[in-house]
Amino acid sequence: MNRLLPFFGFMLLVALFGFGIWWNTQHDPRDVPSPLINKPAPAFNLPRLDDPMQTVSKASLLGKPYLLNVFASWCVACAEEHPTLMADGSKLGILLLGYNYKDDPNDAKNWLREHGNPYGEVITDRSGRTAIDFGVYGAPESFLIDAKGVIRYKHIGPLTPEVIARKLLPAIAALKKEAP
Amino acid sequence: MRLILQMLLVAGLTFAGLVHAQAIEPLPFKNHAEEVRFQHLTGQLRCLVCQNESLADSNAELARDLRLDVFQQMQHGKSDAQIKQYLVARYSDFVLYDPPLKPDTWLLWFGPLLILLGGAVVVAVAIRKRNRDGVPVETPPIDNGDDW
Repeated sequence: MNRLLPFFGFMLLVALFGFGIWWNTQHDPRDVPSPLINKPAPAFNLPRLDDPMQTVSKASLLGKPYLLNVFASWCVACAEEHPTLMADGSKLGILLLGYNYKDDPNDAKNWLREHGNPYGEVITDRSGRTAIDFGVYGAPESFLIDAKGVIRYKHIGPLTPEVIARKLLPAIAALKKEAP
Repeated sequence: MRLILQMLLVAGLTFAGLVHAQAIEPLPFKNHAEEVRFQHLTGQLRCLVCQNESLADSNAELARDLRLDVFQQMQHGKSDAQIKQYLVARYSDFVLYDPPLKPDTWLLWFGPLLILLGGAVVVAVAIRKRNRDGVPVETPPIDNGDDW
């Protein structure tokens, strides 16, 4: 028994390391959990991409849930995510609000013309000031905001068909259920 | 030929100098104390993009924005604690290099102590067992003939 002790110790270490590797394949270690989940979304009032004279605010969007999707023409992962939004964006059943982050409006327009525009509406945050309130640290990021303006779910990184089917659609369905 | 190379080199160095000058953003500090406070504070905050760098060190776009934000809040007379609170509310405790002591982080803070205690228990049990067995432990001869 005593002679096997080092072997068991070794196996314990192997199990620990194996668990660590498995865990990191399931989770992105760079993900920072947002403290804003189930808290009111920060107030914002940002110009529209197609018509900068008009603004969209948090107050003007109250009453219906929407998915705020942070993107930029300079963001490589956003281009990766884009085909998914083009294909599945309309399946969400809620407004897909594009949040153009730290981008030149002309670049953003060209980018949307080239890749297609899955968004119901696009707002622009050129300075990135409002994005700090949202805790954005890298595009793409998506926030599910309910009819009362509360952030219910956040996804960091590109939305994939799998994430949409397994996380986002159930979260949206839950919102629909609680709505009167 | 040589002259052209030299000119190119000089031009390159000048350009490099310019790029470098643009990389440092001079913030209009009122005095040295303010600058020291700023450096100290941003050194304690983590850059969310390159997570092994502090806000003070990072060259990421977001870090630049956040530094400016911290600077502006300092100008508005916010205390260090208030600024940290502001960032934690948006980016969670992750922005702090020093994790705060709270129920969520007890394991993080006292985990090493637990492991130490566990080791101590194992050692204590082993010693007690050896004493109870009463077998005088024969110390092996130090010189066992191995010629190192």
